[in-house]
Amino acid sequence: MDSSSLLSLSTFGYLAATGAYLAAFLFKSKKAGLAGTTLTALTFLLQTFALGLRWYESYQLGAGHAPLTNMYESLVFFSWAIASFYLILEYKFKNRSLGAFAMPFAFLAMAFASSGWVDQNINPLIPALQSNWLIAHVVTCFIGYAAFAVACGIAVMYLLKDKAPKSTGLLAALPDLKVIDDIIHKSMVYGFLWLSAGIITGAIWANSAWGTYWSWDPKETWSLITWFFYAAILHARFTRGWHGTRIAWLAIGGFLCVVFTYYGVNYLLSGLHSYGGS
Amino acid sequence: MNPQKNNIWMFLASVKLALSILFLLAAASIIGTILPQGEAAGVYRDFYTTSFGLSGSSADILTKITFQLDLDAMYQSWWFRGLLLLLSLNLIVCSIERLPDVWRLVVLDNLATPLDRITNMRTRRQYTTNLGVKESCEAVSAKLQTRGWQTSRRDRDGGTLLFAQKAPWSRLGVYVVHISILTIFTGALIGSIWGQKGAVNIPETLTTDKIYQFGPGTPIDLGFTVKCNWFHLTKYPNGAPKKYESELVILENDEEILTKTIAVNDPLTYKGWTFYQSSYQSHQKFIISVANSDTQVEERFLAPPKQAVRWQQENLLFGIQELIPTAIPGNYKYKLLLSDGKGGQKIHILPDNEQLTINQEDGSSYTFHVKEFYSTGLQVAKDPGVWIVYLGCGLMLIGLWVAFFVFHKRLWILVSREQDTTHIFLGGTTNKNKAGFETEFNTLSDSVADINQIEAQ
Repeated sequence: MDSSSLLSLSTFGYLAATGAYLAAFLFKSKKAGLAGTTLTALTFLLQTFALGLRWYESYQLGAGHAPLTNMYESLVFFSWAIASFYLILEYKFKNRSLGAFAMPFAFLAMAFASSGWVDQNINPLIPALQSNWLIAHVVTCFIGYAAFAVACGIAVMYLLKDKAPKSTGLLAALPDLKVIDDIIHKSMVYGFLWLSAGIITGAIWANSAWGTYWSWDPKETWSLITWFFYAAILHARFTRGWHGTRIAWLAIGGFLCVVFTYYGVNYLLSGLHSYGGS
Repeated sequence: MNPQKNNIWMFLASVKLALSILFLLAAASIIGTILPQGEAAGVYRDFYTTSFGLSGSSADILTKITFQLDLDAMYQSWWFRGLLLLLSLNLIVCSIERLPDVWRLVVLDNLATPLDRITNMRTRRQYTTNLGVKESCEAVSAKLQTRGWQTSRRDRDGGTLLFAQKAPWSRLGVYVVHISILTIFTGALIGSIWGQKGAVNIPETLTTDKIYQFGPGTPIDLGFTVKCNWFHLTKYPNGAPKKYESELVILENDEEILTKTIAVNDPLTYKGWTFYQSSYQSHQKFIISVANSDTQVEERFLAPPKQAVRWQQENLLFGIQELIPTAIPGNYKYKLLLSDGKGGQKIHILPDNEQLTINQEDGSSYTFHVKEFYSTGLQVAKDPGVWIVYLGCGLMLIGLWVAFFVFHKRLWILVSREQDTTHIFLGGTTNKNKAGFETEFNTLSDSVADINQIEAQ
């Protein structure tokens, strides 16, 4: 088996996990919840192995590099980071209902990666990408993106629970609004730290490649816009006490910024990160 | 301070201003990523007509506005820089305004905390024991010590107060982040004032002591000489570029100071100037090096294909007759035509950038080496602010970590004697992560209950 087929398999793994978590949520089934966790953990291990295998394969092909260099590989890593971040959350907060809202993102990232819209080949690296900063930059950015994705999913959960009448039994299984609010906030804080590290590692890399750490390239600028957005949310919360519905909507808005930075910029605007599009 | 000055001061210190600036910076940046930057009027006119489907006259008006507001060079415009300046002011004033209060909390004498405040804390526990006050204090202190909490002690009216805390300095994390942003701005400012950026093409084997500034192309004297010994372009089997490399030599007064092979992501720095490999230029000419194997006399010639070259001294006539494509797109072998000057002619196939020794019939022997003649394209930068920017980046990560993940945790233990019983009262607070602290507080309290003769109430 090669890494591509293992990664396709992990797409189905995350789909099944999402399904199990949804079933656990909709039918209040403990067994389904356990199945969700098991499937997520197993798929996560499979995906970790597949990423390692792809790394190894790239050396076999004479293009040896970490599997973090194009749209396909970044989507796979994005989904991997979402799954790992979610598993930590589930362990910390001991609540499986989060899975129904977080794991769809891991599945969607893999589904898009495998959709045929994205080139799945292992390509050799152009000179600009041959740098150790590549790994640091991509890893930090995508851990941040993953945390923002999960924050967005949990924000949807908050809005659902907030909108629904109190008596609805289905939503009673969800954590208290206060707890959900706390998880959204913590995820965003965590993402913000990693996004900052991602922007910084990118700047250092740019300086070692071109002698300019900041050139207002569209991708750089959009990452900064995203950073401004989350910085504003955190300030609104810390100093003006914003919470609840407002923060939930902002978490969704923030993730839209992330999606545009990650995906939209490659297709709608041109710039230094053009290689990220292939 | 008069009231009006006070108002301006409070405005500059406000979070409302910070949020507004962040919003404006984000909005402006969005415009900057959509609107082409640094183009001529015609480009904007086309942009407005084709991308927005506007009529000619409205596109003209918008183009005019674009230039009046410097939207064509937005990030360098006076108002964008003004926003950054305002953000800096906001950060400075807000820090001056809040830091004293926070500092007071950092150095606060927590043994002076009013006792009723401790007994009313949300996170609290109570114990009783037959031990005396002094013994209780010692037992609790020792227990907390093993868990990493160092207590101090003071006798108060109404009991003996123990206090322990963790990371009071973590309250300063936010201000470290604010200072880090100012540090980055300072570094960027220094770079924009004293930094210089440009580019230069150096043909192989030649030198330069100037670079040309980006944009205007003004020559800048380096104060030393840079020589490019050679440039190599390596390709992957599919023809995509694998590596650009140049061997650069720094010369001062014709003396070689430093030699380094640079590549993309691996520049050379000398006297504050850094040379980055950025591009190359082909000249459709080839460098043919020939050496007489016996005498070791060597000569280099520059020639396009299909041109005969004569080495007078050795009476040698040769030339590249044809470029033969190889399996790698864009890579060639050379069909070398060599005549001995006596009417004899032979064809030799020479791989690119490799040596080939050719033995002639008259017993003489020559070593040939052919490679394409390139100019290396260098970007050259001098930025004395970059280390300050990096310092700022480091501070930001440390500051964010402290601000978000290090908590100021405080623990008070009030030990008092009433009749024949000693009461031990534990109270705690934290500035962040209340739920996490609750758990830690419970574990600590449980460990106190482990002490012999102390019982939970």
